[in-house]
Amino acid sequence: MCTSKLSSAAGLLALLLGSGMALAESPNLGQPISEADVKAWDITILPDGSNLPPGSGTIAQGAKLFVDKGCVACHGENGKGGPNAAMATDERLDHIDANKTIGNFWGYSTPVFDFIRRAMPYPQPRTLSNEDVYALTAYVLYLNKLIGENEVMSAETLPKVKMPNRDNFIIKFPDKI
Amino acid sequence: MEYRKPRTAGSDLEVAGNGLLDRRTLLGRGIMIAGAAASGAAATTTVAAAEPLQDPPWSRAPGAVTPVLQTPSRFEKDVVRTLSNPSGTPRTQHARTPHQLLNGTITPNSLHFTILHTGIPDIDPAQHRLVIHGMVRQPKEFTLETLMRYPMVTRNHFVECGGNSGPLFNNEPVQATVQQLHGLCSCSEWTGVLLSTLLDEVGVDPKAVWMQTEGADSSALDRSTPVKKGFDDAIIALYQNGERLMPGNGYPMRLLLPGWEGNMNTKFLRRIKLTDQPAMSYYETRNYSPLLPNEKAYRFYFINEVKSFITRPSFGQRLTDKGYYEISGIAFSGNGRIAKVLVSADGGKSWAQAALQEPVHPRAFTRFTMPWRWDGQPVVLSSRAWDEGGNAQPLRADFVAARGQTKAPTNNPFPNNHYNSLTSWGIDSKGEIKHVYV
Repeated sequence: MCTSKLSSAAGLLALLLGSGMALAESPNLGQPISEADVKAWDITILPDGSNLPPGSGTIAQGAKLFVDKGCVACHGENGKGGPNAAMATDERLDHIDANKTIGNFWGYSTPVFDFIRRAMPYPQPRTLSNEDVYALTAYVLYLNKLIGENEVMSAETLPKVKMPNRDNFIIKFPDKI
Repeated sequence: MEYRKPRTAGSDLEVAGNGLLDRRTLLGRGIMIAGAAASGAAATTTVAAAEPLQDPPWSRAPGAVTPVLQTPSRFEKDVVRTLSNPSGTPRTQHARTPHQLLNGTITPNSLHFTILHTGIPDIDPAQHRLVIHGMVRQPKEFTLETLMRYPMVTRNHFVECGGNSGPLFNNEPVQATVQQLHGLCSCSEWTGVLLSTLLDEVGVDPKAVWMQTEGADSSALDRSTPVKKGFDDAIIALYQNGERLMPGNGYPMRLLLPGWEGNMNTKFLRRIKLTDQPAMSYYETRNYSPLLPNEKAYRFYFINEVKSFITRPSFGQRLTDKGYYEISGIAFSGNGRIAKVLVSADGGKSWAQAALQEPVHPRAFTRFTMPWRWDGQPVVLSSRAWDEGGNAQPLRADFVAARGQTKAPTNNPFPNNHYNSLTSWGIDSKGEIKHVYV
């Protein structure tokens, strides 16, 4: 992905023009692999929605899955919180140890899908279908009052969800990026 | 008969309030103070005479069989990590390093702190794969066997959780050991392959600014790191203090980002994806974006900034008698080498420069020591470090003004993260030690 012919050509030119020695000295023992063969591992979702899979899910489906998949055991009924974090809170961010949840804190919606898919359910991660992940994402966003009850989450709609705390972040070390 | 004279003279030179002595005292470097040659003997504490010697039982019979793997003496059974979740319920498990019981700058592998969000994976190194892909000329896969053939570097670096020292965000000092307050940092000699070597081999697209690094643990823990750091000094670490990584520290390979927030140093590293934007992954979106007092939050707080704390004497220990002690502690900075450490025994009114254990490595633990003669009166010990970039460890008042503190005491060990202000120990006339703020 994204490797332009231009940069390949530039690389070849650099090779021919003198950095060739350095490249030739590198062990170069890595096995080439195609992006298609990395696909099973490539679960990174970017905030602009890049790499979101096809499929969609509703809040009602998500509410049922939240019970069926055992989410309640850690997050409580309706995501009110249990042994692990509550899914939503009305808490304000006016104290430095405030509960940071999706609605009051997160700057982006895509990590909700990304994290549910990569890490949940805790005992059996990456066993949910993409439809299930979209449905749970919809339900959790609904609990945080970020989407209306008839909204459907998909690769189209998820990145567009408005996150109220989006503009309240300060990059601590911009010169390191 | 005449005996050899001590090599140091004037060793009781007090350089700051409440008995802090010149740091060169007893370090074999000898300081000559004109007219002070006789003062050493005068101030020596009187120690009661010893009992007659006897041969103990362990010296009168052969000892135990040699094991293949050494473990510490049974008398050191209390030198262990403390666990936050010993039964492994489905949540994070923290194990903290007992700094108050250790010395030097290298953390023994068995005592290196660990944080596992989903337990320790049991990875077969022969089947483990590292893939680098995304915005690269040619995606590639590396096995442990192939990486073993690469040129390696060996460097001393600390790793510190961004949440380390979190209890000090409390508005009142939490009475806890160094281990409970600062045990989520450790320092090792790491050996591995420079990530820049591998990035050069796959050919990074100049438009790639970020790399998503991901582990082979069950949560596939991922973080976004600037490619710049990848080319700068990032290491794919394979060895820790000369032996393969401990399972809890990322076996068989981990990313090491010297000086940067522990959670970004991806353990069980299996995938690096080059991208033009950060993923805003769970941990950067939520946990490691610290809230500020003005309802804003920092994002991408990569660097663990300059910090120091006294490990001895500290809470949980007790001074048994007046007289000489060595104050000892750890300093480190994610911005480079420690330049100096000052110690105060009077709550910050006067300060004296501590001795630094050589060599001082960048982004590594630096042991500092300060000779001290306690007169039995109440004192408050604090340390404050500076790094080679001129960054000073912030005083508590300044730190709280910028970063805030809790409104009421909390049991939450992580009210916030990236705390790097001072730690102070108040010692009363009985030698009891409390955690205090100054």
